Amino acid sequence: MVTGTLNVESLLEKMTAELSVLMKHRQIEDPFIIGIRTGGVWIAEQLHQALDIQSPLGTLDISFYRDDFSQIGLNPSVQPSQLPCATEGRDIILVDDVIMSGRTIRAALNELFDYGRPASVTLVTLVDLQRRQLPIQADVNGGVLTLDTDQQVKLNGPNPLTLEISTKTS
Amino acid sequence: MFEPQDPNRIQLNSNGQLKHFITTEGLSKALLTEILDTADSFIDMSEQQVKKVPLLRGKTVVNLFFEASTRTLSTFELAAKRLSADVLNLNISTSSTSKGETLKDTLQTLEAMHSDMFVVRHSDSGAQHFIAQHVSPDVAVINAGDGRHAHPTQAMLDMMTIRRHKGAFEPLVVAIVGDILHSRVARSQIHALRTLGAAEVRLIAPKTLLPRHIEMLGVKVYTDMNEGLKDCDVVMMLRLQKERMKSALLPSESEFYRLYGLTEEKLKLAKPDAVVMHPGPINRGVEIESSVADGPRSLILDQVTNGIAVRMAVMSMAMSGQVAEKNNRMEAAQ
Repeated sequence: MVTGTLNVESLLEKMTAELSVLMKHRQIEDPFIIGIRTGGVWIAEQLHQALDIQSPLGTLDISFYRDDFSQIGLNPSVQPSQLPCATEGRDIILVDDVIMSGRTIRAALNELFDYGRPASVTLVTLVDLQRRQLPIQADVNGGVLTLDTDQQVKLNGPNPLTLEISTKTS
Repeated sequence: MFEPQDPNRIQLNSNGQLKHFITTEGLSKALLTEILDTADSFIDMSEQQVKKVPLLRGKTVVNLFFEASTRTLSTFELAAKRLSADVLNLNISTSSTSKGETLKDTLQTLEAMHSDMFVVRHSDSGAQHFIAQHVSPDVAVINAGDGRHAHPTQAMLDMMTIRRHKGAFEPLVVAIVGDILHSRVARSQIHALRTLGAAEVRLIAPKTLLPRHIEMLGVKVYTDMNEGLKDCDVVMMLRLQKERMKSALLPSESEFYRLYGLTEEKLKLAKPDAVVMHPGPINRGVEIESSVADGPRSLILDQVTNGIAVRMAVMSMAMSGQVAEKNNRMEAAQ
């Protein structure tokens, strides 16, 4: 059951502003933005456009790098990752919609490093659900959500982007 | 001829996912397509600096080859290594069986080493089916060729090669040419092509190299190659399996080449954009003219590359199916 929606647009505005300050601070001039499939790609597209980035957008499917293969097996709808530029020596901006345990980001970092050694990786997320299981934090984050254990959040998109909070039906 | 009652009873888990890969026969279009889709996503991995994914990290894959093979064994080995598995290659024809150890004993020994997957090639049709019935739960069995019965990963890499070059199967006329009688590849190809919806599957061979009643598989049979090649989109050649020919099925190799060898001249009968495939190893001047094998329409080397991706897909899907089956068992036990 859907119990609420969040305004993605205002979160994106805040993230764009913070990211551009951070990029200046870190002296990143030509970043390579990579979104994690599926929701992360939608957010990455928005940031790519808002920041007017030169390098084409990359997409990452982390299915082959998940740490729960021995528990749940393979994701049946896996698609190839598409990195149109080399990652070697680049400043990467890694984008995902939701960060919770940190395991997706761990998998994404491992996959990224199999493509080459980036100069830096900056992590951007739309919402942080906390409940971290690994020492991984976003550099730029839209908003923090504290959900009850029976609640979940889902990004619908790509047009329009809406963030939906719902109660799990069990 | 080995014909299992219902192959899917052994190769699918209770959720309908692959847990062994024994034959393409009886598998659904959705499942064959899932294999091709998964394989497609492994193809792009060659762009990575580190050409590996950690999917089967910590798993042990045993390549159990009771019959010699270079190409199949090496692509299975590479596939397993690119999935980060530990790989053991055993050439049994020169090992324990010559000391009198039975197949079951060999298996039990290997299971005691905590193997997670057996990739098996055997000269007896049905050997992998037997092994899949007798391995411990959680161990996946992949057929790398059994007797005259099936060679499902070869068929799927052929399907992948066709799909990457031609797109949809529905409009395609595909000819399989040569030694159909001894060919496990042809059988697996026919089942896969029919399930994936190819418009027409043709077999082109002399009567002596055609199994009886093969038309029942829904194929058109031609003994005249010129007639059979007309308007084909894909020509799949087979190797003449001289080692399996116990009686005089052929007048001579040169006679076979004259009638059924794929030459530039004969290829002109197929569609202008027709592609040529061969599972290898090629007998040049017996099944195929060198200039055709090396020519612009030949996909023979693509087949080898795609073979690694298909084998990675099948291995990870079967392991995944075993995981799901184990979860189901544990839930049922609670």
